[in-house]
Amino acid sequence: MRILSLIATRLAKAVVVLLLIVIANFLLIHAAPGDPAAVMAGEAGAADEKFIAQLRERFGLDQPFLVQLWTYVKGVLQLNLGYSYRQQAPVLDLILERLPATLLLTLTAFVISLTLGVVSGVVAAARQGKWTDSLVTSLALLFYATPLYWLALMAVLLFSVQLGWLPGYGYETIGSDATGLAHALDVARHLVLPALTLGLFFTAIYMRMTRASMLEVSGMDFVKTAKAKGLSPGRVQRRHVLRNALLPVVTLAGLQAGQLVGGAVLTETVFAWPGIGRLMFDALAQRDYNLLLGILLISAALVIAFNILTDVIYSIVDPRIGAAP
Amino acid sequence: MSLAADAPRSAARGPVLDFWFRFARNRGALLGLLILLAVIAVAILATVMFPQSPWKMVQRPFLAPFQVEGLPLGTDTLGRDVASGLAHGARVSLIVGLVSTLFSLAIGVPLGAAAGYFGGIVDDALMRFTEFFQTIPPFALAIVLVAIFQPSLTSIVAAIAVVSWPPVARLVRAEVMSLKRREFVEASRLAGLSNAHILVRQILPNAMSPIIVMASLMVATAILLESSLSFLGLGDPNIMSWGYMIGASRTVIRTAWWLSFFPGVAILVTVLALNLIGEGLNDALNPRLARKGR
Repeated sequence: MRILSLIATRLAKAVVVLLLIVIANFLLIHAAPGDPAAVMAGEAGAADEKFIAQLRERFGLDQPFLVQLWTYVKGVLQLNLGYSYRQQAPVLDLILERLPATLLLTLTAFVISLTLGVVSGVVAAARQGKWTDSLVTSLALLFYATPLYWLALMAVLLFSVQLGWLPGYGYETIGSDATGLAHALDVARHLVLPALTLGLFFTAIYMRMTRASMLEVSGMDFVKTAKAKGLSPGRVQRRHVLRNALLPVVTLAGLQAGQLVGGAVLTETVFAWPGIGRLMFDALAQRDYNLLLGILLISAALVIAFNILTDVIYSIVDPRIGAAP
Repeated sequence: MSLAADAPRSAARGPVLDFWFRFARNRGALLGLLILLAVIAVAILATVMFPQSPWKMVQRPFLAPFQVEGLPLGTDTLGRDVASGLAHGARVSLIVGLVSTLFSLAIGVPLGAAAGYFGGIVDDALMRFTEFFQTIPPFALAIVLVAIFQPSLTSIVAAIAVVSWPPVARLVRAEVMSLKRREFVEASRLAGLSNAHILVRQILPNAMSPIIVMASLMVATAILLESSLSFLGLGDPNIMSWGYMIGASRTVIRTAWWLSFFPGVAILVTVLALNLIGEGLNDALNPRLARKGR
């Protein structure tokens, strides 16, 4: 029940924030120099005044700014994100078509980085000062400094071009008519490199955080008490230290969600992964403002969803936290 | 007044030397400092070592490293000198990293300080504003800002600053909130000093250590951000940068790996150096915190 009311209050807040984001993005994009109608007319090869005026009227660009904003917000409230004149399709359809690929990529990267990061962080803390610790810590430092897109390119070069182990681009084998399990395996093989390269940077962050947090909690009084009670060291580590040490890691994971979604733009570009990151980049290049607004809104919604998810996990991991919103 | 200000600082004797010894105890930090000094030297000497523009074609394209004397890192798809590009790119990376960090500090420090010091409605409003900024994925926002206002050195620096200030504001807020309850602040208040004076002259100087540590890490993040933007083709079209070099040679990676490899190593090494320095600064400036973490 407590968790349900937590989710309810967070969702109500999220709606307000998303509305504000819609307005802010709308303002931002309309502050851009250059008239989209003029750009479109220019590309159509007919830059005369009459044609531009026609385009403006057709897209409602001749309306006063506030009317345009109101029309857009009203549409968003009815889950209508407008029409992409470039792709000749409703924005929502375009996004929904690409969203599963991005969700698959970011969630896989999220799970990989959190699991790998926490496990290696715990190991490093347990072997503090030994060579395992130095190795893990150095690797984390290295991954933390590596540009994501460069790591992706190098991974393609090594594992795809040189060794031929994994496909280096795309979501599935083009022209393959595999279905069911065979298709899932095909997608999974395509997912390995993008998810790993997107996840490694975040693995480094979680590892450092987990290690520092484990060491800090290990020195606290309640751990001494647990040891003094005669509990086995393994039990103290698992039940007392790890559970408390994970709290800051969970908080951090929620905050990193936005970066994960942003990082997907780079990863999707390198791997030709058909997600909303690449869609966003195409929308920018073509000045497809309706599509761009829609993608920004959906990615903000993703970030909020990630944040709510981490809050829920937090309240499960740490029973001291009440349902305080 | 001077008594109140000096109290928390009096612990260190010979502060500069003391600081250096604590910094130098961290070997990684020393290594980082050496690397960074080397990168700075290359950036400064770029025009001396490679007086020609890095955009100029000097040999036939796709020359592998060490094939022709004078071109140790080979040439790119248009026959431009890769080594020259790297040297000139160092400039851009360092300048963008430093300037955008200064700008995000200029936004984040006042906002965080005001929120932490005044509390109440001011705090609520400023923190909601900060959270709002954190809801839009930072990299996505940076891409949009640069693309909309046309790629240039100015728009890149501005975009990086706009997306990087929220963590600064949060950090400064937390620091100020804990410092404002301390006795020396009480004393200043009783002495009748103005809020502005207390905040700027008494509290902020004592909050400098964590801000400096964070700033050093932010320079690293800014360099990564700039390179990512340039990689996507959103760099300043008149300036040679490491990210641009990787992005431009992406399509030929199967035949000319060195074109992407060396600029990537340059970014990695520079960012690694800054992170190592950040850790060293953390050890040197917050000795109590540092010991807890290791």
